[in-house]
Amino acid sequence: MPSAALIKEFEAVVGKDNVFTSEADRQSYSYDSAVLDAVVPSLVVRPTSTEQLGKVVRLCNENGNPITVRGAGTNLSGGTIPDPREGIVILTNSLNRIIEINEEDLYAVVEPGVVTAKFAAEVAKRGLFYPPDPGSQAVSTLGGNVAENAGGLRGLKYGVTKDYVMGIEFFDVNGGLVKTGSRTVKCVTGYNLAGLMVASEGTLGVFSNIVLKLVPPPQASKAMMAVFDDVNKASEAVAGIIAAHVVPCTLEFMDQATIRYVDDFTKAGLPRDAQAILLIEVDGHPGQVADDAEKVEKVLNKVGATEIKVAKDAAEKFKLWEARRNALPALARAKPTTVLEDATVPRSKIPAMVKAINDIAAKYNISIGTFGHAGDGNLHPTILCDRRDKHEFERVEHAVDEIFDVALSLQGTLSGEHGIGMAKSKWMEKETSKATIEFSRNMKRAIDPKYILNPGKIIGA
Amino acid sequence: MADLTKLAKLLQELDDQMVGCMKCGMCQAVCPVFAETMKEADVTRGKIALLENLAKEMIHDAAGVQEKLNKCLLCGSCGANCPSGVKVMDIFLRARVIVNTYMGLSPVKKAILRGMLTKPALFNALLDLGSKFQGIFTTKVDELLGSSCSKVLSPVIGDRHFVGLAKESLHSKVKALDTPAGKSGKRVAFFPGCLGDKMFVSVAEACLKVFEHHGVGVYMPEGQACCGIPAISSGDRVAYDKLVRINLDLFAKGSFDYLVTPCATCTATIKEIWPKLMEDYPAAMRDQIRTLHDKVMDVNQFVVDVLGVAPEAPAKGGVKVTFHDSCHMKKSLGVTAQPRALINMNPKYELVEMAESDRCCGSGGSFNLSHYDLSRQIGERKRDNILATGAQVVSTGCPACMLQMTDMLSQHGAKVAVKHSIELYADSLR
Repeated sequence: MPSAALIKEFEAVVGKDNVFTSEADRQSYSYDSAVLDAVVPSLVVRPTSTEQLGKVVRLCNENGNPITVRGAGTNLSGGTIPDPREGIVILTNSLNRIIEINEEDLYAVVEPGVVTAKFAAEVAKRGLFYPPDPGSQAVSTLGGNVAENAGGLRGLKYGVTKDYVMGIEFFDVNGGLVKTGSRTVKCVTGYNLAGLMVASEGTLGVFSNIVLKLVPPPQASKAMMAVFDDVNKASEAVAGIIAAHVVPCTLEFMDQATIRYVDDFTKAGLPRDAQAILLIEVDGHPGQVADDAEKVEKVLNKVGATEIKVAKDAAEKFKLWEARRNALPALARAKPTTVLEDATVPRSKIPAMVKAINDIAAKYNISIGTFGHAGDGNLHPTILCDRRDKHEFERVEHAVDEIFDVALSLQGTLSGEHGIGMAKSKWMEKETSKATIEFSRNMKRAIDPKYILNPGKIIGA
Repeated sequence: MADLTKLAKLLQELDDQMVGCMKCGMCQAVCPVFAETMKEADVTRGKIALLENLAKEMIHDAAGVQEKLNKCLLCGSCGANCPSGVKVMDIFLRARVIVNTYMGLSPVKKAILRGMLTKPALFNALLDLGSKFQGIFTTKVDELLGSSCSKVLSPVIGDRHFVGLAKESLHSKVKALDTPAGKSGKRVAFFPGCLGDKMFVSVAEACLKVFEHHGVGVYMPEGQACCGIPAISSGDRVAYDKLVRINLDLFAKGSFDYLVTPCATCTATIKEIWPKLMEDYPAAMRDQIRTLHDKVMDVNQFVVDVLGVAPEAPAKGGVKVTFHDSCHMKKSLGVTAQPRALINMNPKYELVEMAESDRCCGSGGSFNLSHYDLSRQIGERKRDNILATGAQVVSTGCPACMLQMTDMLSQHGAKVAVKHSIELYADSLR
């Protein structure tokens, strides 16, 4: 616990009500959504203005207290688990103002604690569109999305969070306000520090304001579901759709194990013998949507989908998506512990990846359901286990190691959208290089000499 | 820390249920308490983490965990929205029994729950007496809402605008009923619930009027006890068990097709909670509970699904009424269309939907007593959603929500009447 004097200093900045010292409060900020051991912070501070935020960061640095900034705490790689050495958690959920939504210049300025879905809804009210839609969007914060470079279902056509970050104002360790990027489409003023801050997982600075790009929404959309008796055919379909110059806004994949878990849960009568299901949605101008949907159907027929369903209206579309919406709930209900991975491969390698995952599941005698974003190769092998079973969990850890090995051997990447955090930092060098780690560490040392900004994440200690 | 070890052991029985929480945090999206305080320990994920740590003896401040555990409306929003299907209500009710029993109930709660609530005759007599004298201490503030406030009682009740005890309770007016099935061929046991019996007598009377209109026989025995929810949510297993037993004995004496209540909370308690917490009861009691689980039904659902009442088309052009989906009605019982259908049966009204109609009103039963400020903050959001519709009446299927909404609207000086949906339907009958 920090000294009484330091606690008083924090209280002077943010008010007594926003400094949490009790054991119960501190313990409730000791974990996130990753399956990792909890670490109890020594203090939790909740600034209610960005001015307070800067002062809190400076105080932490002056006193050498490691900082972990936390939004909704939905991180899947341990990025919001605090540091065991007198770590302090800084909450952003009182920094939740949408400062501006500019309909003429198509951008918005937000504080880091704004909830993604609330922001998207506000933007939609004004007839505009903010596409990134991570699975946790109902609670996740934009600050967290930027710090992790969160993705979602629309990645293939609309890109991910980084594609919408126009500028960031952030505090350095001394509480100095750094400004990077702008409200303009073009901006080459200085280093692209905003780009550097995206996916930095709180290790380089603390966000104060974020400028996000907005786009006009698509006018129409059409959804389809296709069933395959062979994963290779599903993959051919994906390749065929892209080759036909159609870029669907979503192109989702579910493997046989996932289909069966979903069917067990929903009793929706899904094809249990199918090897794969693809859910495809095209959007845009109504004319283009009709053309694209026709092209997609042609491809699906050509590669030999055993069944194709096209939604005729919104109600049917909702029904088609039911299976995909229930993928995680169904998997999560099957066993107590859900280890959700996000190893990502070039999309042509999906069949190889799915086969490898199934082989690994058999080898270690564990259950894995795989679903995910086929259009961008971002799969979610979801391991179903019981963490209390030590022997089984050991096998799970080996399996995760092998999944990463395979993903890298297929020229893929460790993480498509969940971040490296603590869970995958030991793998960083294998995907990149020794020099990459050294370069990153040198940079961090220069920016954060006391190593207080979310230490232990991405590049290790 | 020998004591904590014992508490930890007791909590370990919840481990199999708690382990299903994957800490995804989606409960933050729907928890009304979290929306106000934005503290992790106030949301389900945080509470489960604390209970797990208490079970593993990783936390020393059991009183701190107890305080967080009790700061919950038990509205069930999180459970209904949980991706991994964690049985949140099971966990929290059992944990409240374990932790609150272990830490000790407050003497006031003990006196009320065990001394009064479990003795229906005494409880009724005390409140009948209270209803005669309440006028002396209270001032009427809103005729339309029937609300009052009290300077004398303010140390106890704060500045609430409360619905007083009815001048004459249902049990004084009607005592008991045992009528045969009429043209419907159905016979129901009627459980008005404490609020239906003692405060919103017009709601209970509306039910009786509807039963009579449709030729439904009624079994309403004297001496009904509270359904037990105030006791179990305070963690008082002793009082809860007594209340369940009194009611089981009473209803075992009659024959009926359905057990009908106008209180979504009572219905949900009998249907969901009684079977959840019956494993230590004798076999005969468990059978009775299973039977009642199958027979108990919300009155709106009974009238629409069993009696087959259905509007031809939604009524238009009448007084605007908006509907609040009580948590127990929608999230526990899944009843949403039936009360709306009943409102549409009355041509004097036109139903307009409010935003977030299924968002908790903040009552939470005794939560309102222990956390009034928070309860009020949550209630004000409901109030604003009601006012935004321009409706002159807000309707719901739960008397506890009626109390809370009356307080919120009366404090604001809003001229919006609060009515049970069965009252609006009964009003359409000759």
